[in-house]
Amino acid sequence: MTVDRRTLLKGMAAAGAAAALGSAMEPATEARERRVPPPDAMGMLYDATLCIGCKTCMVACQDANGLPRDTRSSDGLYDAPDDLNSKCKNIIKLFKDGDRTSFMKAQCMHCVDPACINACMMGSLKKREHGIVTWEGERCTGCRYCGIACPYGVPKYEWEKAWPRVIKCEMCSDRIAKGQQPACCEVCPRKAVIYGKYTDLLAEAQGRLAAAPGKYEPKVFGATDGGGTQVLYLSKAGISFQDLGLPDLGETPAPDMQQTIQHSLYQGFVAPVALFAVFGAVIWRNRNASGGDGEVKP
Amino acid sequence: MSTHTKPQPLGGPLWTPAFKVLAAIVGVSVLLMIWRFIAGLGATTGLSDGYPWGIWIAFDVVTGTALGCGGYAMAFLVYIFNKGDYHPLMRPAVLTSALGYTMAALAINIDVGRTPYIYKIPVFPAWWNLNSVLLEVALCVMAYVAILWLELSPAFFETWEQAGSHPALKKIAGVLHPIVKKLMIPILAVGVLLPTMHQTSLGALMLLAGQKVHGLWQTPFAPLLFLISCVAMGYGVVAMESTLATSVFKRPRETRLLARMAVVPAWLVVVYLILRLGDIVLRGRMGLAFHANIQAFMFWVEMALFIGGAAMLFSPKFKDTAKGQFQASMAVVLAGAVYRMDTYLVAYNPGKNWAYFPAVPELLITVGVVALEIMAYLYIVKRYPILGGVAAAPNVRGAE
Repeated sequence: MTVDRRTLLKGMAAAGAAAALGSAMEPATEARERRVPPPDAMGMLYDATLCIGCKTCMVACQDANGLPRDTRSSDGLYDAPDDLNSKCKNIIKLFKDGDRTSFMKAQCMHCVDPACINACMMGSLKKREHGIVTWEGERCTGCRYCGIACPYGVPKYEWEKAWPRVIKCEMCSDRIAKGQQPACCEVCPRKAVIYGKYTDLLAEAQGRLAAAPGKYEPKVFGATDGGGTQVLYLSKAGISFQDLGLPDLGETPAPDMQQTIQHSLYQGFVAPVALFAVFGAVIWRNRNASGGDGEVKP
Repeated sequence: MSTHTKPQPLGGPLWTPAFKVLAAIVGVSVLLMIWRFIAGLGATTGLSDGYPWGIWIAFDVVTGTALGCGGYAMAFLVYIFNKGDYHPLMRPAVLTSALGYTMAALAINIDVGRTPYIYKIPVFPAWWNLNSVLLEVALCVMAYVAILWLELSPAFFETWEQAGSHPALKKIAGVLHPIVKKLMIPILAVGVLLPTMHQTSLGALMLLAGQKVHGLWQTPFAPLLFLISCVAMGYGVVAMESTLATSVFKRPRETRLLARMAVVPAWLVVVYLILRLGDIVLRGRMGLAFHANIQAFMFWVEMALFIGGAAMLFSPKFKDTAKGQFQASMAVVLAGAVYRMDTYLVAYNPGKNWAYFPAVPELLITVGVVALEIMAYLYIVKRYPILGGVAAAPNVRGAE
């Protein structure tokens, strides 16, 4: 059979359909703007100068979230997670370097512009109510790209299970919905970690810095780091945030480089459609010009 | 292109000793796959929260699909640049691509933790996160697997149409063959478009990992570098496959045809090296290549393979002999493979206290997937018209 005008027209119709699809995608492919926390954003503020390392927050977190005890490193006797993992959404760590010591609380940072959310294929991880990043099992294939993407190493996986879930701090969003606080903030005896409106917490942190400048590292971690996080940190003077295990990300959101490139390539889906049209036209012309029977033989 | 002799099935016995060994490997691998689905990924792999991706992604998927770029690379040459005399290399190239991509898709199904939910990716477009590069890869790879088998389907239809084949197959061929023939131009155009998209995206995936990827690999040029190198690897795989098929099945050699084609991957590697090294130098990262660590070492391994491979492809001493072609092509293919493994594993550093080395079942499953691919190749070339047309080809446009 020969490739006739009809075949070409069909190909062009397909290209047209793709172009229509492309314009439907347009809102999602606009140039990347710097994100801001949603108006209803809630957050947490951890002040390392107040924490005494009692780990009450860890127990409360496990109870509130129905997590099993992590007794892997204690012969089944004592809850002793060595880091955030699928049984531990919140952990108190100790930084010690000679006389310089500090506690550190680690959990999901609830980024303003999260890398995990950009990674997630079907929106299982999303910023939902109050800008809290939560996981929805129905949409998760268990691909673990979120774990590759997160600069803080937060999303954890139930490796020992045949039907694994992604486990991470969801800021006790179910408790918040009931008008309660996240469990860790509620139980902290020293108010080292507090819960509140993101804007209030940022003002509070800046106020503490201004009131006692010699006491703190001169910076609120999370105000701008990696595009900002809804969990904010204050550290003791002389102990950097990197000492506490937080990465030095600059102000650029983690997804920026990838998304800028990807969005310019796929802007309005124009480039793929144009490429398809060009390839189709060239193949069609080559077949006709080849002087053969015009048949395309793969 | 009536000057080519038609592709023919090789025929011959299927259950050779080599085929039986492969079947045994696949058998072991299947048992391990079953265990993986019962016991979970933790029990069967070396993966961890620090290294959530291992060889199933870095090798089976990322490297495997690049090794499956033969069909893509040849489609450029034959259909876009209209070099019809390379046509005899087309069907075997599409077959290795179809098998490579199918095996990559199989590996994804084994790798993801919640495999039954994969169906939701094509079925629920309303859930699509259009910012997810992995979504783009997933959709493109699914579509491209289908496209590759459609491109190859005439080889099956031609066989099924013959007298003596099963009536049901005959009926299927009778209905589908004319449809596929009619749609072949859009199929081929999509077949060139899709790899362009997802091979680029495979380079873009790790951009999201930011600082966790070593400075010698983390660059905004990664998508372009992945694209260029996958095409070079595609030609390399076609040359290797042709040389291997020639010696294993005692067929006429395609040496002259392959010698002429060798400059294409050679120049692609030159462009790749200019971009890769230029980017590293201009961004002041060259110093990283002189540290005493595994990343710097592997960087130089890559460079040696790329530079050596390109030099061999340019050199008449290598490119004009079958053995030399095989060696030169293998160097380029290995270079691209190591580049991918490095980007996804060696260059990836999630922080202290994490280490990854594949577990034994993990490795054996990968070996089994490759063995299954070889079995499928052997079965198809023996039963269906894939190889052929080689004798006449070098003279078609010999003066070129």
